[in-house]
Amino acid sequence: MKYDIALRGVGGQGGIAISVIIAKAAMAEGLKVKQSEVHGMSQRGGEVSAFLRLSDKEPSSPMIPKGSADLILAFEPLEALRSLPWLKPDVGRIISAASPFKNIPNYPDTEAMLSELKAMPRTMVVDADKLAKEAGNAKTANAVLVGVAARYLPIKAESLEAALREQFASKGEAIVEANLKAFALGRAL
Amino acid sequence: MGFETLMGDEAIALGAIHAGLGSAFAYPGTPSTEIMETLQFLAEKQKAGKLDGVKEAFNAQWCANEKTAYESAIGSSYAGKRAMVSMKHVGLNVAMDPFVNSSLLDLHAGLVVVIADDPGMHSSQDEQDSRWLADFARVPCFEPATQQEAYDMTREAFEVSERFHMPVMLRITTRLAHSRATVKLGGILPQGKVKKPSAGMDWVLMPGIARKRWHAVLEKTKSIQAFSNDSSFNPVTKGQKKLGVITAGLALAYYQENLEEVMAANGGQAPYHLHVGLYPIPEKSVLEVYEACDEVLVLEDGYPYIERLLRGIVKPSKRILGKESGELPLEGELDPDNIRPALGLKARAVLPVPKTAMPGRPPQLCQGCPHVDTVNAIKEALQGHSISAVFGDIGCSTLAALPPYNLIEATVEMGASVGMARGASISGLKPSIAVIGDSTFYHSGIGNILDAVQHNSPFTVVIADNLTTAMTGAQPTIVPSSKMEAVVKGLGVDPAHIRVLKAHRSDHETNVRVIKEEIEHNGPSVIIMVRECIESYKKARKP
Ligand code: SF4
Repeated sequence: MKYDIALRGVGGQGGIAISVIIAKAAMAEGLKVKQSEVHGMSQRGGEVSAFLRLSDKEPSSPMIPKGSADLILAFEPLEALRSLPWLKPDVGRIISAASPFKNIPNYPDTEAMLSELKAMPRTMVVDADKLAKEAGNAKTANAVLVGVAARYLPIKAESLEAALREQFASKGEAIVEANLKAFALGRAL
Repeated sequence: MGFETLMGDEAIALGAIHAGLGSAFAYPGTPSTEIMETLQFLAEKQKAGKLDGVKEAFNAQWCANEKTAYESAIGSSYAGKRAMVSMKHVGLNVAMDPFVNSSLLDLHAGLVVVIADDPGMHSSQDEQDSRWLADFARVPCFEPATQQEAYDMTREAFEVSERFHMPVMLRITTRLAHSRATVKLGGILPQGKVKKPSAGMDWVLMPGIARKRWHAVLEKTKSIQAFSNDSSFNPVTKGQKKLGVITAGLALAYYQENLEEVMAANGGQAPYHLHVGLYPIPEKSVLEVYEACDEVLVLEDGYPYIERLLRGIVKPSKRILGKESGELPLEGELDPDNIRPALGLKARAVLPVPKTAMPGRPPQLCQGCPHVDTVNAIKEALQGHSISAVFGDIGCSTLAALPPYNLIEATVEMGASVGMARGASISGLKPSIAVIGDSTFYHSGIGNILDAVQHNSPFTVVIADNLTTAMTGAQPTIVPSSKMEAVVKGLGVDPAHIRVLKAHRSDHETNVRVIKEEIEHNGPSVIIMVRECIESYKKARKP
């Protein structure tokens, strides 16, 4: 078994935390993981690209080869499109948050971009912000996306829930509950 | 011992502690910063009695710069304690003096120098390859391919340092530093006792003794070479002989990623393969691969180091494939895709390029960043001057070179802004301004102020004091902000021309006026623009 994920967003969107949560859940189920992320300059509003590889054998490269990702998990639609070269052309899936993160003057036309993204096969563009608010905390959009991804990941939902719980435990029970609710809303989509 | 999921940097920190580390020193620099952050976190845990099995306390300190960090590490080793110093590749340029000369010392407690190279320049101004510098200083160098090796090699590096009585380099790259995998941990060694090196003058590097010590270094060369030739970190796997492959460090992972396909294309057989994890290059094994195979491909991240040594000036009779011969890119990082042509593989199938244009997202100053207000004030103060120059420095303030600010016109390396602005001003380019962060100022801007005071150079230094080392994730500046004015005064700058301002738009008018006044001054002036970095503010108040 081998499952490669490309996580893409903009600095400060919390993509790395999500990678850690999925990795923890995978390890709890006995899978081997390799995670890769780029820090530094990219944290100042630049694009952030993280890779997460789950496998029953130790994965070798920290970077996923092009055309090899089973899943693109994007926190922002432009970054989802940017990751396409990594997606497995015939079976790979895309899950992307719908709201654009516009911190550049030449950000492409949102409607055209979203319709191009939605036209890709096996793609879900999720209004994660709306569902996060429904869960009671606008900052739980990433948990919504993990919830959406849950049905495709080779990991049980309970393991993901446990990892979410562990990740947010230090922030108090209310935050934990909001994230679990957001996760459930994502799963129900 | 158990397992832990660790980033390369974390694995190194833990490896050092488990090897009986006495003291560690560093200056922040991506991608090496997390080594010291982890050490400090674990040092606190140890003090609280919560670090399993580690009974003795150890030091983990940020320093003013890489040179001071390195020198403290030499002193720790002198005292009989295993010491580690970590920095990014360009930091080693700053620490070059102690690094090269410490190889002449007769070390008795291990000294490990961790250098994080940044091929691809994710967060750096160059992609220099530190393996050349290990070679230059004639010290052994480890290069891990996995997080497990980062842990194991750190431990081993202390052993090797004590075996050959010289510093040992551990060279990592950004991808290794910042990726995570599960690591199996080993036992915990006790620290060494406080004890001086054996009596004699081997530590006094004056010419007569240095000659003797240099001779000793050269004498060691043979035994270090033999050690590398036989090391299990340099394994050879026999295989098909059409194309021999030599990998180094992380390039092994990219090779393995493609190995199945390479084998399929060669009747199921893997190529003859040498992996290099320890330098000097294991000459015996390199020759074995070269003699056995029709051609040899070298896969290494950074400069073509092995490749160049292999090819030399006198052309070898067989083809050596690599970066200089054009089979691999000469710039940037290797990855699982760009090595495929060299392995005889076609590019992987990918989806067509999206129709939407893909504008990049250059890094930028945060919303509310104090530097924005500093930059705006300088810009306005310079209006009306037909010629002027603003020299920038390393750190977040460099980003003021980009639109919409377009203020900084030159940035070279740590501390350079002050010297460059001074040099330009005495050459007649006025007004000349240096913009430098507080941490960078202490790192290596200070010396230039001494020059400026001595020569009464007519230029202005703006210290953008955001109370932190921001770019690398808000590590504390070596001297608290409250002391900055006193430090500048102590350097001899005329107190009438040291101005302390608040880097906030509410003070914009005042700030513009003061900058205007100071750029007219016919001598050195220092304007300290103070306001805490937003990130540092958030970090300090995190629960
Ligand atoms: S990290 Fe701090 S100094 Fe750097 S851009 Fe952000 S606010 Fe400014």
